[in-house]
Amino acid sequence: MNDNPPPVLEMRNIVKRFPGVLANDHVNLKLHPGEVLALLGENGAGKSTLMNVLVGLYRPEEGEVYARGEQVDIGSPNDAAALGIGMVHQNFKLVPTMTVAENVILGMNGLPFRPNMDEIVECIREIARHYNMPVDPKAYIWQLSVGEQQRVEILKLIYRGAEILILDEPTAVLTPQEARDLNRVLQVMIDEGKSAIFITHKMDEVMAFSDRVCVLQHGRVVATKYTAETNPQELATLMVGREVLFRLDKAPSQPGDPMLEMRDVHAKNNKGLPALQGISFTIRRGEVLGIAGVAGNGQRELAEVVTGLRPVTQGHIQIEGQERTNRQPLDFIKAGVSHIPADRIGMGAVGNMPVSDNISMKGYRQSPMAEKGILRPRQMLRFAREMIKRFEIATPTPATRIKFLSGGNIQKAILAREIDACKGLLVAVYPSRGLDVGATEAVRRRILEQREQGRAVLLISEDLDELFSVADRIAVLYEGRVMGVVPAEEASIDQLGLMMAGSPAEEIDVPTARVMEEV
Amino acid sequence: MRRIVFEKRESMSRRASTLVPIISLLASLLLGGLLLAISGANPFVTYYEMFRGAFGTWNRFTETLVKAIPLMLTGLSVAIAFKMRFWNIGAEGQLTLGGVAAAGVALFWAQSLPGWTLLPLALLAGCVAGALWAGIPAVLKAYLSVDETLTTLMLNYVAILYSEHLYYVAWRAPGYNSGTATFTEAAWLPRITGRVHAGIYLAIILAVVLWFVFKRTRWGFELQIIGENPTAARYLGINIAQNVVLAILLSGAISGLAGATEVLGLARRLQQGLSVGYGYTAIIVAWMAQLNPLAIIGVAILMASLLVGGDQIQMRMGLPAAMGLVLQGLILIPMLAGMIFMEYRLRIIDPHTTGMEVEA
Repeated sequence: MNDNPPPVLEMRNIVKRFPGVLANDHVNLKLHPGEVLALLGENGAGKSTLMNVLVGLYRPEEGEVYARGEQVDIGSPNDAAALGIGMVHQNFKLVPTMTVAENVILGMNGLPFRPNMDEIVECIREIARHYNMPVDPKAYIWQLSVGEQQRVEILKLIYRGAEILILDEPTAVLTPQEARDLNRVLQVMIDEGKSAIFITHKMDEVMAFSDRVCVLQHGRVVATKYTAETNPQELATLMVGREVLFRLDKAPSQPGDPMLEMRDVHAKNNKGLPALQGISFTIRRGEVLGIAGVAGNGQRELAEVVTGLRPVTQGHIQIEGQERTNRQPLDFIKAGVSHIPADRIGMGAVGNMPVSDNISMKGYRQSPMAEKGILRPRQMLRFAREMIKRFEIATPTPATRIKFLSGGNIQKAILAREIDACKGLLVAVYPSRGLDVGATEAVRRRILEQREQGRAVLLISEDLDELFSVADRIAVLYEGRVMGVVPAEEASIDQLGLMMAGSPAEEIDVPTARVMEEV
Repeated sequence: MRRIVFEKRESMSRRASTLVPIISLLASLLLGGLLLAISGANPFVTYYEMFRGAFGTWNRFTETLVKAIPLMLTGLSVAIAFKMRFWNIGAEGQLTLGGVAAAGVALFWAQSLPGWTLLPLALLAGCVAGALWAGIPAVLKAYLSVDETLTTLMLNYVAILYSEHLYYVAWRAPGYNSGTATFTEAAWLPRITGRVHAGIYLAIILAVVLWFVFKRTRWGFELQIIGENPTAARYLGINIAQNVVLAILLSGAISGLAGATEVLGLARRLQQGLSVGYGYTAIIVAWMAQLNPLAIIGVAILMASLLVGGDQIQMRMGLPAAMGLVLQGLILIPMLAGMIFMEYRLRIIDPHTTGMEVEA
């Protein structure tokens, strides 16, 4: 590849703010013709925001965009389309009750009042044949698989003359076979001089698809590398490595009786694809097991399986020696399982209800907050006041609707409710994601407190620093399997990075890596 | 350049939630006034006549109450469903079948039952019929995700046409063109004053009970969580399907009770005129009252006064009685449009003084 062709697209010093968040912090990015650029970063690193700026969905506060050397102003997706820039979003923008051909032309400017559908269908067939993307233009979208729908999105962009394709996590919804097909299609397009940017947080895709990779962290570009000159381990380290915020004092772990036992657990994700493929581990009382891994490797499904929210297709889950496989969520709650979910607003809290009600949403079932099915509002309020004080939740009043609090305070309220209700196992998923330093420290201290009080903790996190400072053992999840479990004090970022990229612990030749045998 | 932005309020405005319904009512009167002026009537005189027609004398006021009773009950019924985000627009059909079931008990069990049990059993039969009729869409929705707006609406036609079959054909009393025989006196719902029957007590008691259920019981708390955020409800261990079905059975039972009190308290036989649209007006009543059971009582009286007042202007001023219905419909539009101000506000910002742009 030529090292110095003029960039077909350049972004300079892009700054995009949302209330309380700096999503893009002076980002610089270049895309050369005939190149696939991977945009790599964790959730919330600012990848999608940056691309939405490029297609005119967001207006940046600062910075310029240049297309083919000229400064351009992209105010809408139509402006972007006119410059040959098109994006395949994570959630497809297709009308299920219309045909492929109709979707391809839907919303296009300059069509005659009655478009010649036969001609359009023929043209789509031609493009599909050329790029080896088998799709029937007359099929209805609802009849197509997710992979085929993605092909329609790509066809749509090519039909409209896109020269620069942006793909937002294109393989998240694909089977491995479909992902390979997509790679082939991209290759044909690149050979013709088109370029592509794809957003991902998977290292192996970066290696397989891209020519160059740009790593984003907290809205900033931390590195841009030629793919041929890097490796998954280095990328993982770049993506998650960050300065240590603070150190927590942690007494040595004193594991007690087994609290949670998972034996060969299998489960499917929402799309029906295998998400957990034979997970086995044990967590004892007084112990924190950390789960590391890049998002989308089964973390969500793991948390839902151990709280009863997702059915297990194979294997067993025991809590304190009791069989709990495929029981109702309420059975898990009664067994003493508490859950701090990844989606705070969507699952962990009821936005329109007061802070006090939200804090009482576990305790309302029993005395003193309820007697014989009748609530006792005064007791609920007293409990909420106590929790607000103990967990330092900043809220104007206990009656304020919880959606008006900041993310950190919503998280503290959920933490208060779940920790108070916790009797045996605390499942915490990304508990400090998006929180500021102070709230992060508070959340981690509370989790350690639970461990000292003899509860078992399953901590799922993308933040290696969090795992190192809170967990006793760290298991790495990759494509629904545990790649290995290492004691936190012996683990290194390099070693975990390699496991996160899919190498089982046994194969890693790092002197400090000692794989713990599971009980 | 100054701009006006539309932004989310930091907290729900109590002032807005009381002002919006009142301003909506005034706005609809204004819009209605325009319509009246176009059709050549003096809006002020017309409104005065409508007010006099609904509240002018004790007799007229009792007639307003008579029409308010079914609106109170069906209003409570749909409010329960709407709190769960279950769009029950089948109150009309549930009311009709409730009336049919009550009439069936009053007609056919009069001989075989002790007299004092007839009335309570007839009322109960009305509740059961309404509950079962609402239960069909509830089960379909909870277990098979069938859209409830369609099923509840379509079941209305089934219920109404079936009731017509009964009073025109199957249960028609000899010597009448339509309608059943009058019930025995033991099945009559007692009247309090004028034609106002004891259904009004049932409605007020139910409003208080429902207020208590929603505010102060574990079940009400769970229903509120399900309605606000089903994902959170599941996560908190609440059985959504079972609770939705139970709540909708209760909703249907109350609409069924509305039908039963109409039949047993007013006509005292099953005849034409049972289904006159209370179940649809109930939707306006419930929204205007913001699903608050206690407010529903007052709003139902207001809506009934528009109906009675509309009849009056027809008699006195030769205007169509539908004017009352037009006003009812006009209330909902500014109401729904205005509700957005409970969570949002308009703010004028001057970019020279503020650095941050506010996203609406």
